[in-house]
Amino acid sequence: MNTVIFRTLAPFLTALMLLFSLFVLLRGHNEPGGGFIGGLIAASALAIYGIARGIRPVRHALWFHPMTIAATGLFLACLAGLVSMVAAVPFMTGLWIYPSLFGVEIPLSTVMLFDFGVYLVVVGAITSIALALEREDF
Amino acid sequence: MATPAASAIDLSKALVLAPAPLDSWLVVLPVAWCLLAGAVLLMLRKKVAAQPFLAVAALLVLVVLDALLLWTVATGGPVTMVMGRWLPPFGIAFTVDLTGALFALTSSLIALAGGLYAAGDIGASGRRYGFYPFLLLLMAGVSGTFLTGDIFNLYVWFEVLLIASFGLLVLGSEPRQIDGAVKYAFLNLVATTLFLIAVGYLYGLFGTLNMADIAVKAAERRAELPLMVLATLFVLAFGMKAAAFPVNFWLPASYHTPRIVVAALFAGLLTKVGVYSLVRVMVMLFPVEGEALSFVVAAVATATMIYGALAAIGQSDIRRLLGYLVISGIGVMLAGVAVGGPGGVGGALFYALHSMVVMTALYMAAGVAGRLAGTFDLNAAGGLYGKAAYFSALSLVLFLAVAGMPPFSGFWPKVMVAKAAIDIGAWWLAAAVLGSGFLTTIAVGRVWTLAYWRPSARSTVIDAAPGASALVPLSLLAAVSVLVGLFPDLLLTQIQAAAALLSEPSAYVNSVFPEAGR
Amino acid sequence: MEALFSILIGVFFAAAVYLMLSKFLVRILLGVAIFGNAVNLLLFTAGRLVPEVPPIIAAGLDRQLAVTANPLPQALILTAIVISFSFFAFLLVLSYRAFQDLKTDNVNEMRVAEPAAEAAPPTGY
Repeated sequence: MNTVIFRTLAPFLTALMLLFSLFVLLRGHNEPGGGFIGGLIAASALAIYGIARGIRPVRHALWFHPMTIAATGLFLACLAGLVSMVAAVPFMTGLWIYPSLFGVEIPLSTVMLFDFGVYLVVVGAITSIALALEREDF
Repeated sequence: MATPAASAIDLSKALVLAPAPLDSWLVVLPVAWCLLAGAVLLMLRKKVAAQPFLAVAALLVLVVLDALLLWTVATGGPVTMVMGRWLPPFGIAFTVDLTGALFALTSSLIALAGGLYAAGDIGASGRRYGFYPFLLLLMAGVSGTFLTGDIFNLYVWFEVLLIASFGLLVLGSEPRQIDGAVKYAFLNLVATTLFLIAVGYLYGLFGTLNMADIAVKAAERRAELPLMVLATLFVLAFGMKAAAFPVNFWLPASYHTPRIVVAALFAGLLTKVGVYSLVRVMVMLFPVEGEALSFVVAAVATATMIYGALAAIGQSDIRRLLGYLVISGIGVMLAGVAVGGPGGVGGALFYALHSMVVMTALYMAAGVAGRLAGTFDLNAAGGLYGKAAYFSALSLVLFLAVAGMPPFSGFWPKVMVAKAAIDIGAWWLAAAVLGSGFLTTIAVGRVWTLAYWRPSARSTVIDAAPGASALVPLSLLAAVSVLVGLFPDLLLTQIQAAAALLSEPSAYVNSVFPEAGR
Repeated sequence: MEALFSILIGVFFAAAVYLMLSKFLVRILLGVAIFGNAVNLLLFTAGRLVPEVPPIIAAGLDRQLAVTANPLPQALILTAIVISFSFFAFLLVLSYRAFQDLKTDNVNEMRVAEPAAEAAPPTGY
């Protein structure tokens, strides 16, 4: 596994896969995709990076501990449900706003926030498991 | 989709269009709050000094939320909220009636006591590992179980609390704990998978997962559906979760291995979740099948009570002894469920609430006793009364409560169950309840005489006094037991109302389907 | 079609139970994995089998016109797969830790928590 080709290519592959995972995440509302599958893609990207370069560079690149990322995701997902309390609709009801940015209407919703939370939970949880398994002496 | 007004479809057929009143939020808030607070604690898990304070504050809020919920339900009847405002049979509904609210409040009290006790029991490494986030995740699972009105959602919360319990169980990673965790994890996974099989089968029969909908449809289509198979599957799955006799072996194999506060929380919460679900399914969803199965459940209950109490007498480790007492208590609850009627079901619910409080407190007391005596072995422990008189008095209260002695909380539910059993002519079941109480008295009496009363045989005296972090939650729980024992009226009326609502769930169904007028 | 699936599910359950009755942890683990898959298949069949039309409403329409596959069991299975996968991962790590710490994968020899020769409790004062 530790060939020069793999080690050289892995960062590019990881970057590409992370970008693709974001695409899948944002596409997920009306098309196949979403936070869960996007998170899995991102986690496997990080796993590839870990296999190529070792665990320490992955932890360094992530900056936050994977479990902290997962916790942030859980927090955001819960928050997305609780926003409906202000709007007097039941828990987890999708709420939309349409801000305009440079003349382009961007639909934003609590559904997206929830999906983003799921994405972070999956990335954090799977990465932390993968990193623990890649370490030889867990 | 984005702009509902532009749609040509009548949305009132699919969505709840009335604004959600603020008190219906109380149904969801305990779960959402636990997840939210757990996430924050997980982010801050490196701040080991602040963790206990934050967690206890969060659990206090949870107690307040659950108390408000109980107040709302007790005054206004069952409350429902559907996720994402989809109409009930389609959307996941959270419905809480008196039973769910009582269990939720008791579980939050236990978690609060556990959080306080853990401040002295779980050190910096355990906190960095994530004890408190796991505790809140466990509470999210437990609250979700008690509050949900959807049977697949119930399965999901079971799994949430199971995952959290795995995390808590291996905290410390000693070989003994790994051994216990292996047995606990595999057998519990089989139990929840059995539950999932039953859910899949149920969905195949009814095409719905909403409990109120199932209760109505089961009553309408009883003759044409093989409901007996379904009810039996549920009873097996929940009996396994509740550690009823032939499928109880995961409990004594694992409950004495984790940290004492973890064992205390498990003893208070996990098996009772199984009992709660069993009551929900047997009494509310499938009452006719439940009654047909009642003889089997009664036989299982008798075996569980007697086996648990006899095995408790044969233990030399205090924690293992308590594990068997948990099992024995489950037998009493099952006996109540088997007898049925307001007395039996009410007695089962009452005993479950009593057992949650008292078993948690007993494990905590065992932890303090083990630390003071330097051992959990009854052969070696001794002299606790001389060292810590107040703590010994608290322990004695708990011992008498678990044995079902009159001035404490264990007495009334046993009276209810025994009386209900005699009323329907099942004298042998009443005899088993009383006999198991007698055997339990012997078991805890031996702990008292040997570990507390007997002069210490050891020359090395550990003179550490029990800390406030142990005595405060212990006193709190013992006070609850004494107060309930002395003034049972208030709780008793609520529990009888809860049992009546379970066997006649029209209020529950009306809360889910308000316009149907069923 | 449902009858065929029922037989397949039965085979899955039989294999799973056979493996879970073994005393070696790895086999039990494989049994648990098959058990989970058997249940997923059961959930899928419980939702009835229909021709493979995806339950996705086309753009511009308000509802689905053709008879589609039942989306609810798929959602249930997705949840169950995620849960059983995470449990499988946890049990794998736990079994490996057990093998490292207890030096055995035979459950009959795992007697650390419940020692075979435990001292009897005292019979008197």
